[in-house]
Amino acid sequence: MALTPHNFVRHPQKALATYHHNVPSGIFRYCNKCGAKFYFRRAGKFQLCPECGYGFRVTARQRLKMLTKDFQEWDADLVTQNPLDFPNYDEKLKKAQSKTKLQDAVLTGLADLDGQTAALGIMDPYFIMGSLGTANGERITRLFEKATAQKLPVVLFTASGGARMQEGIASLMQMAKISQAVNEHRQAGLLYIAVIMDPTTGGVTASFASQADIILAEPQALLGFAGQRVIEQTINKKLPADFQSVENVYQNGFIDAIVPRTEQVAKLGQLLTIFAAAGWEGEQ
Amino acid sequence: MDKQAILQIMDGARSDAKANMRAIVEQLFADFVELHGDRVAGDDEAIIAGFATIDQRKVAVIATNKGQELKERLVTHFGSPTPQGYRKALRVMKIAQAMHAPIITLINTPGAYPDADAEKAGQGQVLAQNISEMLQLKVPLLSIIIGEAGSGGALALACSDQVWMLEYSMYTVLSPEGFASIMWKDAKLSHEAAAQMHIEPDFLKEQGVVEQILPETVLENQCQPLQELIIQQLKLFDKTNLNQLLQQRRDRFRRF
Repeated sequence: MALTPHNFVRHPQKALATYHHNVPSGIFRYCNKCGAKFYFRRAGKFQLCPECGYGFRVTARQRLKMLTKDFQEWDADLVTQNPLDFPNYDEKLKKAQSKTKLQDAVLTGLADLDGQTAALGIMDPYFIMGSLGTANGERITRLFEKATAQKLPVVLFTASGGARMQEGIASLMQMAKISQAVNEHRQAGLLYIAVIMDPTTGGVTASFASQADIILAEPQALLGFAGQRVIEQTINKKLPADFQSVENVYQNGFIDAIVPRTEQVAKLGQLLTIFAAAGWEGEQ
Repeated sequence: MDKQAILQIMDGARSDAKANMRAIVEQLFADFVELHGDRVAGDDEAIIAGFATIDQRKVAVIATNKGQELKERLVTHFGSPTPQGYRKALRVMKIAQAMHAPIITLINTPGAYPDADAEKAGQGQVLAQNISEMLQLKVPLLSIIIGEAGSGGALALACSDQVWMLEYSMYTVLSPEGFASIMWKDAKLSHEAAAQMHIEPDFLKEQGVVEQILPETVLENQCQPLQELIIQQLKLFDKTNLNQLLQQRRDRFRRF
């Protein structure tokens, strides 16, 4: 057969297409921070980009595995009542629930962290962007209330796109409700550590994520109040992509330390151990 | 809710007549003295804060201000406070606590100002602190939503014992435009968003978000009807002791 430009091009393309079909999807991963492409197993147990160290967003249950094996879940069955009867919301919830194995966007319970007992909460960015609604708002409130009753410190990993739009004003009220529970926990002389995960924004930043005694953050996570697009529209100017990176927010004085995933358990254990030690009681 | 009613609320909440909060403050509180500065980084004209007497009792007054003319509106970012404004508000509230003065907040804001400087200065952190501190203040708090009350920027002035709103005002998780832009990627669908969000004050009262819906006429006659309602409420506050006050404020937000 004569080699014409026509069949010369077509043949290898067909072969390429067949070859592509034989590569299972998800074998290669792409880092959304640095653009690196790599074999997925290289992300390892902590789900880190092998090039830049960015920690990929993981579900709350995956995150729990990185922190402890000793965990007793609280309030697992709290579920939203769809207060606005928002169309298609029930389906959206069902999808999120099956994806995350959670009833709403937070996992809470009693945990052992490096030998120290704490009330642990982990928000789930895969559950409708970790948005704050009535069910996860109630679960976080109870986390603080239970910790206060049992005299435990709270460690809360935050990730959220902000208030849950589908629940309207009731979402906004969660900010005050949780803040009240945080206040009572502090008044009882108990420690609250927040760990900022990617992304933590909106109403969560404007309430409990910022109310912790100690604020840690994961490298390259985003922490902010307003969305970057909204800010750019306000000032009519493009902002650098890392404008709200925790590295920048740290420079502005709002974060105590940036701690990579591999070191978080040890750092939390260290802090919890220090604050579990006896303090000043004064003469009795 | 029909479109006409939604429009009436949105237009009423955003009417120019309500933009001049300074006039409302001066009508309600004849001897009002304004204070300035957050003692950290500056002053913000989007927040009017100070002290006055009403019915011979001292009160702290915190009000958001959109401003009347374009020049003033640019300075106040159309009534969107910066971190300096929220810090000034909290500073005045702390003085009120020390001096046993009840606090009255008057709200007409689309939300906290979302620019790069506010973000760098910790807008989210400042709101979080105001919410936390307001919930603990040992004096009575009354908030009145005059026009718009948008998102965390409004909540950070409304963690109060009593929250009232005018008949044509709105208290929302986000502006209807922002809501439409997030949910349907089209800010022009704001009326549909408003309907879906249930911006009608009746709904908010049912939910316990506000205690009272006031007719627009309370602003007539130099705000005299509103002044009388505030005086009545201050008398009611007198019948509560501190423990009851804090417990009731706690319960008010715990039920959501």
